[in-house]
Amino acid sequence: MSDAVTDAVTDAHRREWARVLAATVRVTRDLDLAEECVQEAYAQALRTWPADGVPARPGAWLTTVARNRALDALRRESALRRALPLLVPVPEAGEPAPDGRLELIFTCCHPALSREAQVALTLRLVCGLTTAEVARAFLVPEATMAARVTRAKRKISAARIPFRVPSPDELPVRVGAVLEVVHLVFTTGHTAPVGEQLVRQDLVDAAIGLARVLRLLVPGDASVAALLALMLLIDARRATRDAGGRLLLLSEQDRTRWDARQIREGTDLLTFALRRSPPTRYAVEAAIAAVHAEAPSWEATDWQEIVALYDVLLRLWPSPVVALNRAVAVGLRDGPAAGLSALAPLLDSPSLSTYAYLSAARADFLRRLGRLPEAAEAYAEALALTGNDVERAFLAARLASLTP
Amino acid sequence: MAKYLILIYGDEQRWDAETPQELRAKDEGHRAFAATGGARVLAGHELESSSTATTLRGNDGEGLLTTDGPFLEAKEALGGFYVIEAADLDAAISLAALLPELASGHGGVEIRPIVDHG
Repeated sequence: MSDAVTDAVTDAHRREWARVLAATVRVTRDLDLAEECVQEAYAQALRTWPADGVPARPGAWLTTVARNRALDALRRESALRRALPLLVPVPEAGEPAPDGRLELIFTCCHPALSREAQVALTLRLVCGLTTAEVARAFLVPEATMAARVTRAKRKISAARIPFRVPSPDELPVRVGAVLEVVHLVFTTGHTAPVGEQLVRQDLVDAAIGLARVLRLLVPGDASVAALLALMLLIDARRATRDAGGRLLLLSEQDRTRWDARQIREGTDLLTFALRRSPPTRYAVEAAIAAVHAEAPSWEATDWQEIVALYDVLLRLWPSPVVALNRAVAVGLRDGPAAGLSALAPLLDSPSLSTYAYLSAARADFLRRLGRLPEAAEAYAEALALTGNDVERAFLAARLASLTP
Repeated sequence: MAKYLILIYGDEQRWDAETPQELRAKDEGHRAFAATGGARVLAGHELESSSTATTLRGNDGEGLLTTDGPFLEAKEALGGFYVIEAADLDAAISLAALLPELASGHGGVEIRPIVDHG
């Protein structure tokens, strides 16, 4: 088969999966059957496009094939119609046919589903990842993930979670829940909690793709724009974070290789978000990423501005992790001794007691103060708490450099 | 339309300690719930305290084992229930959200779909 056709199918999978599935769900009113029909449509594309050529509108072609399969299946099984069809409201006469992706996203991220189920369903149904891929990303056995997805789908039909865009008064809260799922997918991908690779780019791309879809569908929402800005600004550094399996810190990265186009898009989105509404958690985080993106070098970073932004973030989202990042920024602004005293109150925080970055930050300040035995102890502690191989290698190298 | 069971849970000691004003406010809350729900509220009752409950268990074919107290001992007890009819879970949630127990600072309500054998 020609590479061009394989590429076209892969591309259509990435771009069109959610839209094709959403359109098919409207026919089947059953998530499982819809998924099956969409998978068959992609399989048929792989068989027929090499001979017939790639259609002008691959998404429309796939939707037609998947919906026809669904209609066939429904005719065959009409006597066996499931007792609990999905609640798909019929659009009023004259209303434009909805895109369907937004309904799909809100169904997957319904607050009546557990966060784990929301993430699994979103990656499976909206991003088109296989159960095996989702299981790998979250380090659970495939059978566990398959059971999780099945249970969630069963709840959707038994409890009658509707396939619908929430009403305007519910919308902000429900968009917030979707953004938490997107953010979780992104952070899991950006620094994989365990494993050989520092970054799971497939998850990062899935999160950015989801945010782009949301941005198209709810263009006026400032929190969507802010989260997309945050992810683009951080992901712009992707080429420079890892040198052959060695973690490069922000201070060591080659800033000329940061993705300038992505940084510009991120800062434009952030500007839009900040004009539109008072800063949200994601907007402030994006602003911090933007200060880094705009600094010509590590030394020239505006630490005053970064500390001020962390102060704002701490008010909007009081979390020990934010307090830790603020303390690190204080150390970079005022020197390692100030950083160490800013970290001191956090050492008793129970939620940070197994957080490797706290030990690593202390280790770094102690090292710079020449308190080497204490620094070595803190690096060893950080190492014991870290599961990602690339991060472990970094900490081990730092630890080794302390002993002459 | 689907049917849902709404189970109301709370801290019985705090329910027992309610002042007459608190009780009146709660009654008003339930009346408001019933008025909003209208015909969609199919049934509902307040339950006597869990200390009045009796639990029966099958005893491996050796007859029934009868014990004093609720099936599950927990800090929060079942205090009452409603059976409602709603178009979907979102509609059930917005009706259940009106229950005054949710403003009491303890406990909560559980929404369970009822199997439709029709």
